Amino acid sequence: MIPAINDAREATTAAAAARGRSLWDDARRRLLRNRAAVVSMAVLAAFIVIAVVGLLLWPHDYKAIDRSAVGVPPTMENLHIFGTDAQGRDLLARTLIGFLVSLSVGVVATMVSLAIGVAWGATAGFAGGRVDQFMMRTVDVIYSLPYVFLVILLLAVTQDVTTGKPFLKLLLIFAAIGGVEWLTMSRIVRGQTLTLRRQEFVEAAVAGGATNAQIVRRHIVPNVLGPVVVYMTLTIPVVILAESFLSFIGLGVQEPLTSLGSLIKAGSEDMETKPWTLLFPAGVMMATLLCFNFIGDGLRDAIDPKDR
Amino acid sequence: MLGYAARRLLVAIPTVLVIITVAFFMMRAAPGSPFDTERPMPEEIRQRILAAYDLDKPVLQQYVSYLGGVLHGDLGPSLKYRDKTVADILIEGAPVSAVVGLSALVLATLMGTALGVAAALRQNKAGDFGVMAVALIGISVPPFVVGPLLQLFFGLHLGWLPTGGLDRGEITLERMILPVITLSLPQIAITSRLMRASMIEVIRSNYIRTARAKGLSEFRVVARHGLRAALPPLVSYLGPASAALVTGSLVIEQVFQLPGIGRQFVIGALQRDYTVVMGVVIIYASLIIFMNLIADLLLATLDPKVRLE
Repeated sequence: MIPAINDAREATTAAAAARGRSLWDDARRRLLRNRAAVVSMAVLAAFIVIAVVGLLLWPHDYKAIDRSAVGVPPTMENLHIFGTDAQGRDLLARTLIGFLVSLSVGVVATMVSLAIGVAWGATAGFAGGRVDQFMMRTVDVIYSLPYVFLVILLLAVTQDVTTGKPFLKLLLIFAAIGGVEWLTMSRIVRGQTLTLRRQEFVEAAVAGGATNAQIVRRHIVPNVLGPVVVYMTLTIPVVILAESFLSFIGLGVQEPLTSLGSLIKAGSEDMETKPWTLLFPAGVMMATLLCFNFIGDGLRDAIDPKDR
Repeated sequence: MLGYAARRLLVAIPTVLVIITVAFFMMRAAPGSPFDTERPMPEEIRQRILAAYDLDKPVLQQYVSYLGGVLHGDLGPSLKYRDKTVADILIEGAPVSAVVGLSALVLATLMGTALGVAAALRQNKAGDFGVMAVALIGISVPPFVVGPLLQLFFGLHLGWLPTGGLDRGEITLERMILPVITLSLPQIAITSRLMRASMIEVIRSNYIRTARAKGLSEFRVVARHGLRAALPPLVSYLGPASAALVTGSLVIEQVFQLPGIGRQFVIGALQRDYTVVMGVVIIYASLIIFMNLIADLLLATLDPKVRLE
């Protein structure tokens, strides 16, 4: 732990084998022993590869309308293996692009929330006192707002502006969802920062002559990172759900671009005659969310084993 | 406790005010108006309509007069339904929303508690893993997937239940079953996870061992001694749960074509029916704040260690 000893250890060649296991080595081992989490990571990786490769190589384009093949059930003929939708577009191609759009909304909006949350929480935690009080009361107030309504309002009232500009719309969705998901993150980071500052091992590091930068790098960051990474993994499915929810009520990603939520909405309207248009996107969505939740649970158990 | 409740309600007023303000200015700042039609209407008529609803005045003045109205319980006329006030629309929609929402809340609390306790008592056995696996699925599968799937299976495939709507405007049991189940499933999942974690802690404590040593039946130990100590996390989740149910109802009312106020909100937001949107926001915001207060008061009665300040 103490830098001087570490340096001395690394200086001797024999010590390389005896080097202690770090927090992260332990965590990785525990994570890899969690079968559900490992399988989920594999499935998710496979999905991403299939989606990217599929979009490049698949003979059908996700926007291409084939009037001779409207509402075709899944068939090997002409390679419509997921069937086609009510407009004659290949459902597999649409599911792939929908998956990628949903995933990128999940990741990007989570990053937005991460950036705001960590900055806000760390500042409050380090500053302490009145600044902390003010910043966290603000979070409390925003927390008690039914923010879904505000997100819906924001997207609804900007519809005229964003019509025909799917990219702008996507940006707004990132900002709107990321802008409300950072609250919990800021609470977690603040709490961690506050307790860490007073911990004995930080004091010991100070006594051992470590600089501020070293303390932050070796002690604060690794300890804050654990809960942050766990919470991030669990935020991604929440965000994916939020985007799908918005798409479902007609405020999400716009045609011809699509997301899993939009596909499910379209599918649920056609389910009496074309159940496959609901079942395939719904299945992909369920699998994706399950994978993220398994990975998040696994990570939490791996990084913080006492909660198991 | 009464004093505390009164103070909390006082604090709630600025919160509601913030919501009203943000929602109000957000809608006015955006382009488009409730009277946009396919064909542009003559400017003169447009001016007269705007004047009839006071929309030609400066925004700040509109805001002040709107707030004044709200303080007197007047939410104004709907801008889209010509013969209805916002209050009419809310009163029409509220029963359906309330029935579905409350039933879902009760169902989620009861089922979640039962499943969570059952899982905790069988920790790390097959039953526990079963419940937790189902709970994880419940969290991962959104209501707008569950709803259509249930409609497809029970409504169309088996033909046991109607797929949606009301029975000639009446709320009947068989039309409520699917919406309530769909709305409560994620909450059952979350509640059972909470309850399991909390019960596992409690069951290991000394006084439970004492209760068992006294020879009390297992049921009495769990129901009388264990449950009371394990309930607080569940009670504090009541606030977020009601917020989640409100959000969920926006989707449920769409999926099952129920004429509730959640549906009015979505329609209103898309059509720029400013006053209806504001009305629903105010109702739901107050509801969520109220539920949080109830949760805190319940928590204080349940757990003597919690001090209300």
